[in-house]
Order: sequence, then structure tokens, then C-alpha cells
Amino acid sequence: MTGANYLTETRGLRSWLFTLDHKRIGVMYLWSTLLAFFLGGVLAMLIRLELITPQKTLMDADTYNKVFTLHGAVMIFLFIIPSIPAALGNFVLPLLLGAKDVAFPRLNLASYYLYVAGAIMALASLVTGGIDTGWTFYTPYSTSTGGAVNLVTLAVFVLGFSSIFTGINFIATTHKLRAPGMNWFRMPLFVWGMYATAIIQILATPVLGITVLLLFLERVFGVGIFDPKLGGDPVLFQHFFWFYSHPAVYIMILPGMAIISEVIPVFSQRPIFGYRAIAFSSVAIAGVSFLVWGHHMFVSGQSVLASAIFSFLTFLVAIPSAVKVFNWVATMYKGSIRLQAPMIYAITFLLLFAIGGLTGLFLGSLATDVHLHDTYFVVAHFHYVMMGGTFIAFLAGLHYWWPKMFGRMYSETAARVAAALVFIGFNATFLSQFVLGSRGMPRRYYNYLPEFQALHVLSTVGSWVLALGLLIVAGYLLASLRRKPEAPPNPWGGMTLEWQTTSPPPTHNFLEQPVVDRGPYDFPPLETEEETVARSA
Amino acid sequence: MSRLRELLMPAAASTVARDVDSLFYFLLGLSAFFFLLIAALTAWFVIRYRQGSRVRRGAAPTHNTALELLWSLIPLALVIVIFFWGFHGYISAAVPPADALEIKVVAKKWLWQFEYPNGLRTVNEIRVPVGKPVKLVMISEDVIHSFYVPSFRIKQDVLPSRYTQLWFEVTEPGAHRILCTEYCGRGHSDMLGVIHAVSDEEYRSWLESGGGLGEGMPLVEFGRLLYTRYGCEVCHSLDGSRLEGPSFKGIFGKPVRLSDGRTVTADEDYLRRSILQPQTEVVAGYQPVMPTFQGLLGEREINALIEFIKEQK
Repeated sequence: MTGANYLTETRGLRSWLFTLDHKRIGVMYLWSTLLAFFLGGVLAMLIRLELITPQKTLMDADTYNKVFTLHGAVMIFLFIIPSIPAALGNFVLPLLLGAKDVAFPRLNLASYYLYVAGAIMALASLVTGGIDTGWTFYTPYSTSTGGAVNLVTLAVFVLGFSSIFTGINFIATTHKLRAPGMNWFRMPLFVWGMYATAIIQILATPVLGITVLLLFLERVFGVGIFDPKLGGDPVLFQHFFWFYSHPAVYIMILPGMAIISEVIPVFSQRPIFGYRAIAFSSVAIAGVSFLVWGHHMFVSGQSVLASAIFSFLTFLVAIPSAVKVFNWVATMYKGSIRLQAPMIYAITFLLLFAIGGLTGLFLGSLATDVHLHDTYFVVAHFHYVMMGGTFIAFLAGLHYWWPKMFGRMYSETAARVAAALVFIGFNATFLSQFVLGSRGMPRRYYNYLPEFQALHVLSTVGSWVLALGLLIVAGYLLASLRRKPEAPPNPWGGMTLEWQTTSPPPTHNFLEQPVVDRGPYDFPPLETEEETVARSA
Repeated sequence: MSRLRELLMPAAASTVARDVDSLFYFLLGLSAFFFLLIAALTAWFVIRYRQGSRVRRGAAPTHNTALELLWSLIPLALVIVIFFWGFHGYISAAVPPADALEIKVVAKKWLWQFEYPNGLRTVNEIRVPVGKPVKLVMISEDVIHSFYVPSFRIKQDVLPSRYTQLWFEVTEPGAHRILCTEYCGRGHSDMLGVIHAVSDEEYRSWLESGGGLGEGMPLVEFGRLLYTRYGCEVCHSLDGSRLEGPSFKGIFGKPVRLSDGRTVTADEDYLRRSILQPQTEVVAGYQPVMPTFQGLLGEREINALIEFIKEQK
């Protein structure tokens, strides 16, 4: 391409390690989170392999407990939470706003280094005894068990600040650095989604920080907060933990929804249906998300009244989520639809997220939740939302912005094969787990009753197909970096600002300050007046 | 239909299970409808409006207030119905009838201990009459556990800090599985139990005979039964492999080094003390985590366990 871009303008390791460029920080975040996903994925494969037989297959119970704990912690804290906001969002949010960078570039770099520090601490637990509490750290198990719990709680504390810094940056950037002419309703919906996410990151993450710090104080200094032996209340921990961790679910899914809201209009060449409804539903979800944590605790011994209120509020989240899905489908109506890789993943998202969302009704409803709580039904539900939803949306976004980020096109054929394998493998892995759960197979079980084996085998074989699909994705994306063709500035016909600059963009994003005089999805008409008249004649 | 039902859920065996199941199948139907609606519309649009297809496109609406209100209000009405339905089932499962038979439950790593009003104690197994309400008052000795009976559709966490309760009325005689559903460490998935639902007469005669376990059984066989029934197997292997506690293999009559430095011989008396006061003479290299079985085991049961351990040469 012409001239220097952000990848080539300066060279050498130092220029990356001390960069303040949001694009480079985004790329460093991207490789780091992908590495974390790979590690979490290997752990997931080990879990599935162990569960192929009802008794011991390849590891003992203690190892198994450590493996599933680390799988959860790595996927949640090192992959899903930072993946879309800090990796893709960091790269594209300023571009979408027509800005040169985020509002606080140094804070952005600090966020990345806190992430690295937290990741090293969390992974150091591997060699210092491991941790077998589950990623939820429920007391008093977590205060009484051995291993590296102290280290991991501190890691979560540090990672929390990394997340808060990203949130602060995105809110300030959205408020202060929009291009001339870009009012709030000319912002791409990805920005709205990131903004809603940032609100939760800033308001909820400190509670997680406080909670793990209290846990640390109890373990190290014997301050009685959660452990009944010291006069504490173990259920209090669950309230604290879910006060963060339920909103955190929306830190994970809102960015996924935000990507889908970009991809579907572009690949349908149609303005998004119900722009304001999607924008406000993101903020509505963020708001309601703070008031539903008790739905994790219907059988914990919390009061019946509390359970009833939490159940009702939980159902309210269903409305803005349903509205979004209907809007996305309606956007395709009368469009000109191209089934390229980002769109294939967006449609995969629609189908899998629909299943994830609808099965949430079973768990939000009190009577059915009592039966399904802490079974594989819950495991399947959150994998449909987190992996079928957020991770598939992440893939859609990665395929969508890959040409912009690295200036290369990938093989569309390989992408289709991979997407098909991912879809089949994912459903084989997790659809079977809904049935395991409704038939009464509890989660976090090392041994299980022989009657469940057939479904476990299906799930494990599915995980191999899924892994193969993802390895193919890694293969063709990495191959594209070394191979032509180079990407044009706007390979997909997008109308948002990132497509108006070169691929990859120059260090300061735009050679001229963009001025905005239209909405983000004002595509040219698909047929002119004359064509319409000519056809009907 | 009933085959499909058994594919998705264990056969319903309690009074509340029917309600839970109707709601479950209603939600399943509703979910299937909305999923197919979304999938069908998506497929239709993708095919009909694919790039280059010769169909009339014109100007598509960017919003439609009536349609948007419709697809907000219909889901809202549906979730309100689901909420009240679920709430109704939850309330009836939360309030035990006043005349329920009360059984105390103590959960600990990794077994369930039960005590009947007449003082009869059992481990990992209870017998209850069909058609009579039973109330469980539960407490944990260590971490949080959760008492789950899939075929009754009931579940309740068991806390170390305060009592929680659960009730059920069995409708189907037979054996119903108890599972622990709150992660509690190494033996979590082995913390299993069983509820035998029997006729009222059978229940009464069983209660009067004091449980009647192991009557007329040779001691070694009875010991083997207790070894699995009381959950000894979770921590003590028979093949020499190291679990939470020492293996029983070849242990009898051998010298044992204790954590306080002394060495004792693993004779009948030592084994008896280890069962009744397991925290006082802990084998070196192991944690003092074993619960006491004082009061739970009669002399014949202790003898049976010792004879069984002797057999593990």
C-alpha cells in the first residue's frame, strides 16, 4: 500500500512495548487474548477428554478440579472480558469515531501491562500448587482449601483494574473525541455497545476487587467475613461475587451484540432496522444487569421474596435482548446479502445466541431453575451465550476488521469450511449438555453415572470437530499475513469511518480530519427509481 | 410423548415434579417456536435477498413503531406469565406441610448423614413412605453442599452457618438418587445417596427394626457393604493408591508412623480409635480431615469394618 502505516512507521520491539498508539495496543491485546484463548481451549479439551468415560480417564480428581477451575478463570478473566473491548474495541473505536487515538493513551498502555501482570500472576498459580475452587471462588471452600488461591485472587484484583482503565478510556473517548458532525445518533452501534459495556466495567468491577480483597484478608489474616468458623457468612460472598459477575456477563455479551450490529447492515447493504431501539436496549441491558444477581442463588438459602424479585427482574432482560434479535433479522429484509465470512459468523451468532437466550428462560423461572441449577443445563446455557454468542461475534468482528488491522485478505473458501465445522462441532458439544443437565447430571463432576456416558461421548467428539474448525481459522488468518492479496481500504462496502482510511491505517488514523454529515448505515440505494420502474414495467 | 419425556428428564416421582415438568415443556415449546421463527426468517431473507437476486427491493423501512411495540410487548406478556408460573411452583416447593415427617440431615465431605425422630441414624441412604410429606432440616459440617434429587425436581444448598430445609412427597415407590450439586472438592462427584420410597407398612417395620442393615451377613461382607455405603471408599483405596487418606491395602498389623512422630501398630484397637476419634492419631503425611463416626456405628458395624480391612492383604 502507499506510504507508511501504523505497523511499518516505526520498527523494533521497543516501538511496540512503549507504544501509545491505540491500534498497536489493540493488536498486542489481540495476540495476548488469543494466546489465553488457546490455553483455555487446551484445558477445555482436557476436560472433555477426561469426561469421555464415567471414571478416571487420564487424570485424577484433584487435577481435574484444577483444570476446570483454570479453564473457567482463563476464559473469563483473560479472554472474554478483554477480548472484544480491549483488543478489537481498542483498535476500531477511535477509528469509528474519526479520532486520532483514545482519550488517555498512557492509561491505555497501563491497562495492557496490568493485564499482562494479572495474567502472569494467574498462570503462576500453575506452578505454585494450582487452584481448585472453581472460577467462582465460593466460600468457605475457597477459604479452607490449599493451593494458590491467594495469588489468583490478587491476579483477579489486578485484572479488574485493567478492565476499569479500558472502560474509563472508552467513555471519555466517546464523549470528547467524536469527529465534527458526529452526534450521538450518528455513532455506529458498536460505539453504543462499547459505551454501555464501559459503564458496567467502571461500576461493577470495583465490587469484584473488594470481594477478592476481602477473601484475601480472610485467608491471610483470618479476618472473619465469609467463613462461619470465624463468624462470617458464606452466602454473603455469593451476593458480593454475583453483584459483579452477573453484570460481567453483559461486559461479555454487549460487545458481541455490538459487533453483530455492525456486520449485519454492511453485509445486507441496508440501514440497521431500529437504530435507536438497539442503542437504547444496550443501555437498558447495562442498567437492569445490576439488579439481577440473585438469580444465581435461587437454591442458596436466600429469602423466597428475594428470589421472586430477582426472577422477575431477570425476565426484564429478555425484552431488550429479544428486541435486538428481531431488529437484526429485520435488517436483512430487502437487503442485498453477501454471505462472506463475517456475515456467516453473524448468522451463526443469531442462531446460537437465540438458543442461549431462550434457554435462559428455563433458568430465570424459579420452579424450573431449582431442578436445573448447577447441572450441565447451566453449563450448556452459558456456553451458548458466551461461546456461541460472544466468541462467535468475536470471530465475526475479527474477520470483519482483519483486513483493516493487517491489510490482508484471508481465504474465503477456508473460512467457509471452518465456519461449518465450528457450527457443527459447537452444537454437538453443547446441545448434548442441555439434555445431560435436564436429566440430572450435575456440573463439576469428575465421576458420573454410566447412564450419562453416551451424551458425554457425543459432547467430547463434538469438541474435536470444534477444535479442528478453530485450528483452520488460526491457519488461514496467520497465512494471510504472509500472503497477498492486500486489502483495499473498504473491502466490504462499509459506510463507517474506519473504511475511509487506508488498510492498515496510518499512525494517526486519518490523513485528513473526517467530517460526518450522515448516519453510519446510510448505504447507497440498492436500486434506483428507474430500475424499479423498469422492472415493474 | 412419554418416551420423549424420559429422554429429557428422569421420570417424575414427587408431587411438585409434575408442575415443574409442565412449565419445562411449555418453555421448550415456546423456545422451539421462537427459534424456528428466527431461523426461518433468517434463511428466507438470506436466500431471497442474496446479492444479485432479481427481486424487488425498493426502500426498506428503517423502523416501524407498531412492529417494534408488538415485538416488545408480546415477549413482555409471555415472560410475565412464565414468571408467575415459575413462582407458583417455587412457593409450593418452599412451604412444607405442617404434618411432615422430619429428618435431620448433616452433610460433610463427602457423605450424607440422616437422623430419624426415633434416633435411628443412617448414612447416604434413607427410607421414606410413599404419599407422606417428608421434611429435611439440613446443616453442613464443613463447606457448602447441595441436596439434589433429580426425580423429585428439588434442590437446596446445605450451609455450614444456618439450617436450610427441603420437603417432598414421593409419588412413585423405588430408589431415587441423591446427588451433591455444590462443588465441594475431591469427592464432590462421589457424594451420592439414595432415597428408598416404600409403602407405609414397610417403612414402619424397617424403622422398628432399627434399620436392619447387615442382618445375618458375614462380617467381612457386611464390612464391604459399609465401606461403600458410608463413603469410606472416597478417601481410602483398596489397591494401594494414595487418596485423601491412607489405603487399606496391607495396612493391618503393620507399624504406622503418626504425625506426632510416634509409631503404633495398626491393630484392631488402633483401627477402632481411627474410626471413632480420627483426629487424634493421624498417619504422618495426611491431613486431619476425616469426620468421626462416633454414635453412627454400632459395635457390630465397627467389627465388620475392621474384619473387612484385615482382608485387604
